[in-house]
Amino acid sequence: MFRRYGKQCVATFAPDEVRVLRKVATEVVGLLTDGFDHGDPVVDRLFPDVYPTNSDDSAEFRRFTEGDLKTGKIDAAGAILAALPSSSGGEVRLDEEAAEAWLRALNDARLAMGVRLDISAETDLGDELDDAVLSDPSSSRVFQLSVYAYLGYLQESLLTALTE
Amino acid sequence: MAVVGASICSYDGGVAAPQTTPVQSPDVETLPATDRPWITVVHDDPVNLMTYVTWVFQKQFGYTFDKAQSLMLDVHNKGRAAVSHGARERMEYDASCLHGYGLWATVEQP
Repeated sequence: MFRRYGKQCVATFAPDEVRVLRKVATEVVGLLTDGFDHGDPVVDRLFPDVYPTNSDDSAEFRRFTEGDLKTGKIDAAGAILAALPSSSGGEVRLDEEAAEAWLRALNDARLAMGVRLDISAETDLGDELDDAVLSDPSSSRVFQLSVYAYLGYLQESLLTALTE
Repeated sequence: MAVVGASICSYDGGVAAPQTTPVQSPDVETLPATDRPWITVVHDDPVNLMTYVTWVFQKQFGYTFDKAQSLMLDVHNKGRAAVSHGARERMEYDASCLHGYGLWATVEQP
């Protein structure tokens, strides 16, 4: 988890964490490049209709803003990939700009996973994880829920380190 | 503030800061539709962390922590909150920046 040292936010990542973060950031980049599809609910969530009751105006807005928005999100996920240590683990040091990019990218990853995992306002992550473990401890849902929870802790700790 | 990259959305202390928009116009309902102010609305979302949303409001609009937190709580408790108001183009800009942070933002003319 992140701590503040001077102007930097610093954390040490174990090999498993590096692998998960690399996978997640790479998947976000994939979603925004080759896999970009307006029929995908994840894309709907990351690029919401700005005029929910006026599809023409929404499309017009999209035409002008989507390119930059997409580039910004790809760059933010790239900031995670750029700062990660080798697969044997190690330290990550982020200046303010990199920390903000990480916050945005971690949030995008959580939004994407939240849609896939069907996270709602009523979801209790602990209960959800318990249920998934009971039904099949080796299922991909258990893994996805654990990663989703981990990204939340990581984002919160980075935000605390950045703003303290 | 010398930040590069996707920083065009950072609060620049500019003249269009929403809290400086005049609010005294008593006859707002009688203005032609094109002159009535627009608002940027942020909607509640089950994923975004409350602390993150508060931070985004401070970052994007230059709001104090108290104001940002109070808006975040409105979003959380009421399902939505108007976070800025002004000209339509400015609201579209705000919404686009908020989308950059992953917030669910829309624009409307009340």
